[in-house]
Amino acid sequence: MTNHWIETLTNHLSERFGEAVQPDSRPGYHGFIVKTEKLLEVFQSLRDELGFDYLSSVTGVDYYPEPFMEVVYHLYKSTGGPALVLKAQVPRDTPIVPSVVSLYPGAEFQEREAWDLLGIRFEGHHDLRRILMWEGFAGHPLRKDWREPFFEEETKPFKSRWPQGHFSRAEDRNPYRNNLSYPTGFDPEKWVPEKDELLYGGLHFAGEDSDIKTEYVVVNLGPQHPSTHGVFRMVVLLDGEKVMDLKPVMGYLHRNHEKIGERNTFLQNMPFTDRLDYICSMSNNFGYALAVEKLMGIQPPERAEYIRVMMAELTRFLNHMFSIGFLLNDLGAFFTPSLYAIEERELILDIFEEVSGSRMMCNYFRFGGVVRDVPEYVLDKIEALVYDRLPRKLDEFERYLTHNEILRSRCEGVGVLTPEQAIALSAAGPVLRASGVPYDVRRADPYSIYERLEFDVAYGIHGDIYDRYLVRIEEMRQSLRILRQVLKDIPDGPVMVGKPQFQVRVPSGEAYGRVEGPKGELGFYVVSNGKPNPWRYHVRAPSFINLTSLKSMAYGSKVADLVAILGSIDIVLGEVDR
Amino acid sequence: MNGLWILRGLGITLKHFIETYIEDLREGKKRYFTAQGIEQRRNSKTRGIFTVQYPEEKLPVPEEFRYIPFLVYEEVDGRQKLRCTACGICAKVCPPQCIWIVRSTDSETGRPVPAPSEFYIDVDICMNCGFCAEYCPFDAIKMDHDYEIASYDRQKAHIFDLQKLAKPVTYYAKIRPGNYAKEQRMLVEKETAKTLS
Repeated sequence: MTNHWIETLTNHLSERFGEAVQPDSRPGYHGFIVKTEKLLEVFQSLRDELGFDYLSSVTGVDYYPEPFMEVVYHLYKSTGGPALVLKAQVPRDTPIVPSVVSLYPGAEFQEREAWDLLGIRFEGHHDLRRILMWEGFAGHPLRKDWREPFFEEETKPFKSRWPQGHFSRAEDRNPYRNNLSYPTGFDPEKWVPEKDELLYGGLHFAGEDSDIKTEYVVVNLGPQHPSTHGVFRMVVLLDGEKVMDLKPVMGYLHRNHEKIGERNTFLQNMPFTDRLDYICSMSNNFGYALAVEKLMGIQPPERAEYIRVMMAELTRFLNHMFSIGFLLNDLGAFFTPSLYAIEERELILDIFEEVSGSRMMCNYFRFGGVVRDVPEYVLDKIEALVYDRLPRKLDEFERYLTHNEILRSRCEGVGVLTPEQAIALSAAGPVLRASGVPYDVRRADPYSIYERLEFDVAYGIHGDIYDRYLVRIEEMRQSLRILRQVLKDIPDGPVMVGKPQFQVRVPSGEAYGRVEGPKGELGFYVVSNGKPNPWRYHVRAPSFINLTSLKSMAYGSKVADLVAILGSIDIVLGEVDR
Repeated sequence: MNGLWILRGLGITLKHFIETYIEDLREGKKRYFTAQGIEQRRNSKTRGIFTVQYPEEKLPVPEEFRYIPFLVYEEVDGRQKLRCTACGICAKVCPPQCIWIVRSTDSETGRPVPAPSEFYIDVDICMNCGFCAEYCPFDAIKMDHDYEIASYDRQKAHIFDLQKLAKPVTYYAKIRPGNYAKEQRMLVEKETAKTLS
C-alpha cells in the first residue's frame, strides 16, 4: 500500500517537475529532494492538487563538514495518511530558501526558529527575526561548528569523568566572562532593545485610513503575568479594548534542548524529553522512543505496547484535567476548580511514581520496551481509578462546569478558529479538533496498538474556547474507554526486547516519530550517522506551533478574553521554549 | 432558569466542603498525623480533603522511588567493602555527566585496581534519572529515598564524595526490599548454574 502510494507520488512529481524533484536515495533516508528554485511550485502543486494541506514540521539539519545544510519539511493530508518528506539542500555559506509561509502560514514560527538556530534565511518571510534567542546572541547554535560557553567536548560521555575523574566545576575551569561572545559591534552595556522597534513596528495597524481616528495602544502582556503559565509575553495592539494584532514573544526559558540532545547519546536523551512538557513526560518518552525504534528497526513486545498506551492515556487524562482547571483559573474562577481538577492527578501520579520511580520526570520508556513491568497491585489501582474514581470525577466536573452560565458566556464564540485556518496554521491536538477537523494521529497515522483499540475521535464544531473545553472532556472519556480495553486485554510476557543496553546501536538514517500527545502532535525528528550520538535531534513541539494560531484566534476579541484564549490553547512553556 | 447551573456548581463546592467534615467525624483523630490516615487519604476511595501536612506528615515513597544515588558497601570482617569496581559505566551513561570516578591503581605495580579511590556526584547537576543504578552490572550504585538534602552551603555541601555516598547493604535492603530480594535470588541462581556446569 505504502509502496504504491510512493510510486504514484514519484510519478506525479517527476512528470510535473522532472529533474527538480529527486527521490532521496541515501540509505536510511526517505522522501524527495527538491531544487530550491522549484520549491514553492512543488508545494503549491502538492497542496492544491494532491491534498497535502497540513505542514506539520519544518526544520533544518547541518551536515558540516559537508558544505550543505538541509531544510526538512513533513507534509500530511488533513484526511490522514503517512508523511511526505521534502528536503531542500542549500549551501552552508549562503543558506537561502524561499519561505513557504505564503502557502502554509503555520510555518511562520518554525521558519523563524530554523533561522534563529541554524541561520537558514527564508526569502519572503515577512517577519524573520530571532525567536528563541535574543539579539545579543552570537551565531546560530545548532550549527555543528558552534560551541557553547561551557563547551567541554563534542559528545558525551566526557573523557574527564573516568578513569581520572578529579572533580572540578565547569564554572571554575572556564569562568563566565572569558568565554562569552557577542555579535560584532554589540556592546551589552550600551544595548537598548532597539530591535523591539521591529517587533512593535511589525504590528499591523489595520484600518488606519478609516474615517474615525482612534488611538491604538500597544500593551505588553507578560513576561511576568500570572496568566501566561510561565514566562511568556504577548505584544498586543489594541483599538480601545479590541485586539487588532498580536505577536507572541517567547524564548525566556530557552535552553537549547536540541543542542543538548545532539551532545547526548541516544539513551541519555530520554530523561531530557521528560523536561519538555513536564506535565506529560510519559507521552514525550513515547514519541522519542518511537522515533529511535523506527531507526533501529525494533518492535517492543506486546505487553510493553499495552503498558505504553496505558501510561500515555493516563497522561492525557491528567493533562486535560490540568488544562481545564487552569483554563478556569484564567477565566477568573480562582483556584477552586483547578484544585478540584488536580486531585485525581495526585492519584495518577502515585501510579507513575510506583512504576517509574518519579512522579513527573518519569523516564520510563526505553528503546524496545519500558524499564520495568507494572506489578499486579498497581494494575488493580489503575483499575479502581479507571472504573470508578475517574469517570465519577468527570461526571462531577461536567455537572460543575459544562452548563455553568458564566463559563458559557465567557467561552462561547470567543477565540474562534475556523477549520481552514486551523489546518493552514498547522494547529494540532484539541485546538485543531475543536475547529471541526477530526484529525488525530492515533487514527490518521496509527502507531503502537491504537489500530486495534476502539475509540472515537473527539471533535468540535465552532472552534471556540467552549468547544476546546468540550473536546478535552470528551477526549478524557475516550481515554478511559481505551484504558478499559487495555486493562482487559493486557497480555503477559516480557516488557523489553533483548537485553537492556546503555550503548544502543542506531544505524544511520533519519526517522520521524510522532504521537498524539495531549497537547497535539508531538514529533521527534532524529538523524543518525551510525555513531552513539544523534546527529540531529529535533522536537516538533505542539505548544510552540499551536501558538502560531493565537493571533488568528485573538483578532477582534476583547483584551479580557485574551487570557482565556491563551489558556484554551494549553501551552507549557517548557515545551514552547525548549 | 438562568443561574441554575451556577447554583448546582456551588452545590458541588459545598459538597466538597462538607465531605471533609463527614470523613473527620467518621474517622476521628486517626485521620491526621498517622500513617494509616495518610494511606486512607490517598486511596482512590477517599473523599474530602486530600492534602498532606508536610513536614508533619510525609507521604510514604514507593520502593521504586529514586532520588540521589548512593554506593552500596558490604561489611567484610568488620571492614567496609564497596561493591563498586570503578568500571565507569555509570559515569558514561549519566546524562548530565555528574559522576566523577578516579580508579585506584596498585601503588607497587601501577596497574588499575577494580575499586574507586575517589567517587564524586555533583548532586546539584544530578537529574535523578536512575540510569546509573539501572545499568550498573554490579548492583553497586542504587537510588536513595532520602529527598531532604537541602543545605545552606552552595559550594561544597552538594558535591557528595565517597564518604557521603557509601551506605551499607542493610540500608539498601531496608529501602528496596523487593529489588534486594530479587537480586539475591538471581545471585543464587547464578551460583547454582555455575556449580552445575
